[in-house]
Amino acid sequence: MFLIGENLRGGYGGADILNDCTIGVDQGEIAVIVGPNGAGKSTAMKAMLGMLDLSAGQVSLNGKDITTLSPQARVAEGIAFVPQTNNVFVSMTVEENLEMGAFLRRDDIAATRDMVFELFPILKEKRRQPAGELSGGQRQQVAVGRALMTSPSVLMLDEPTAGVSPIVMDELFDRILEVRAAGVAILMVEQNARQALNIADRGYVLVTGENRFTDTGEALLANPDVRRSFIGG
Amino acid sequence: MPETVDMLNALVLFTNFVLIPGVTYGSQLALGALGVTLIYAVLRFSNFAHGDIMAFGTMITILVTWWLQSVGVSLGPLPTALLALPFGIAATVLLCLFIDRYVYRYYRSQKSRPVTFVMASLGVMFMVNGLVRFIIGADDQRFFDGERFIIKAREFKKMTGLNEGLAIKTTQGLTVVIALVLVVFVFWFLQRTRSGKAMRAYSDNEDLSLLSGIDPDKVVRTTWIMAAALTAIAGVLYGLDKSFKPFTYFQLLLPIFAAAIVGGIGQPVGAIVGGYVIAFSEMIVTYPYKKFWNYLAPDEWQTSSLLQLLSTEYKFAVSFMILVIVLLVRPTGIFKGKVY
Repeated sequence: MFLIGENLRGGYGGADILNDCTIGVDQGEIAVIVGPNGAGKSTAMKAMLGMLDLSAGQVSLNGKDITTLSPQARVAEGIAFVPQTNNVFVSMTVEENLEMGAFLRRDDIAATRDMVFELFPILKEKRRQPAGELSGGQRQQVAVGRALMTSPSVLMLDEPTAGVSPIVMDELFDRILEVRAAGVAILMVEQNARQALNIADRGYVLVTGENRFTDTGEALLANPDVRRSFIGG
Repeated sequence: MPETVDMLNALVLFTNFVLIPGVTYGSQLALGALGVTLIYAVLRFSNFAHGDIMAFGTMITILVTWWLQSVGVSLGPLPTALLALPFGIAATVLLCLFIDRYVYRYYRSQKSRPVTFVMASLGVMFMVNGLVRFIIGADDQRFFDGERFIIKAREFKKMTGLNEGLAIKTTQGLTVVIALVLVVFVFWFLQRTRSGKAMRAYSDNEDLSLLSGIDPDKVVRTTWIMAAALTAIAGVLYGLDKSFKPFTYFQLLLPIFAAAIVGGIGQPVGAIVGGYVIAFSEMIVTYPYKKFWNYLAPDEWQTSSLLQLLSTEYKFAVSFMILVIVLLVRPTGIFKGKVY
């Protein structure tokens, strides 16, 4: 797979949160991590980004071992990350947020910016407004837009729909499908398991830091065990 | 109704003794507070060494000025110190980078709490304080030369025929012009340049700025360079306008912090506005209004009392009071500063 974390084990210094868990995603694909609270979903994603110490396991991007790289170095390698909270520069305008997303790039960013504006037209309208003045859903669009500015090959989203209305959530998922169509590998952690698995090519159900079920999104939705325990009927 | 001439006299009097000195002092405080606020916004601590760093920059400038004077270099009507200023700025920048490298960087790597940084800056304050006194001594130094006035009081009187004179000192003119240029530069830098935007992004959201590939070391370095330059310039302008004494510079810490906090710490606009608020408050409260009043009041209301709210020795009480009131009523300051 394009980005894969294999047999990950580790935590934030205390007890291990991840116990031999394997997560991966291919280009032009959406992989979703679901599971109950405290299952280590966000932790697994942070491990892929290099934000925690692994005691075992390996992360590789396009065949290259990136296990020892810092988060910043992984960003430079083409992984973009949208944190769950505090994911925009609130005091800066929408346009400046996008510009900061492209900070590492030395080439002309106008084309990428126009692409983001096309994806999220509301951002173009509000380009001169500080991101802190936008609604929750619009902020989320700024956050995704900022991450896309590096022209990443992998986009990681930590609960992108947390706290937004169902309409905004559908809209956001539609946009994410468009990003997938552009060939980007998308890895997300989602609380709204049913909707997320609906658009997922690959689904991971984590429990206590272990892979419980791994299959296509469709198959997981059809699996009665998964439905009963994690989706609610 | 007072006569027009009396009203004009009162106006000139007020301009000469409150307005012009207030704008000058306010500009000096604004530059100082801008440095404090930049450090606070990016490095997230209150730099208590600011006043003494200011003294250090001024001291180097004075030493170079003396040397320039001894070899016969001068700027004609302008103070020679302006030629020496770049040396003062460079030395202050080096000092700040040196201190950051050997003091603050350690605490950053330890992810220490802001109060630890503040205490460390207190130590730096004592050290720099001692260094300055060791090199130049604790006494008052005057290093102004060149033309003293842009407009002389006597000439103004002759020109207008008024009783009251209006004088504008060269140092006052210089302070206001230089402060204006610097403020415009700082805002242009923060709003328009890549490094300036990186500073704002880092200050706004450190984690996200790292995820965007912004180099924290570079941001920290840029911030120190800007703060050090502003500090050195503020110190030299203050010293030219009044005089240089290490203890006075240490005391300037209070009005400078009051200015930064009143404006909203971490907000550059706030630092400027705060500087003028503090300066004018001090001026207005400590100015004796006797003459001003006697020009305007009818004959039977003339007074021989000074009409001074607070004697000048207590001017620091003004900043202190404003500071306390702001912290009680609106801790975020006028422009909603960020408080960590």
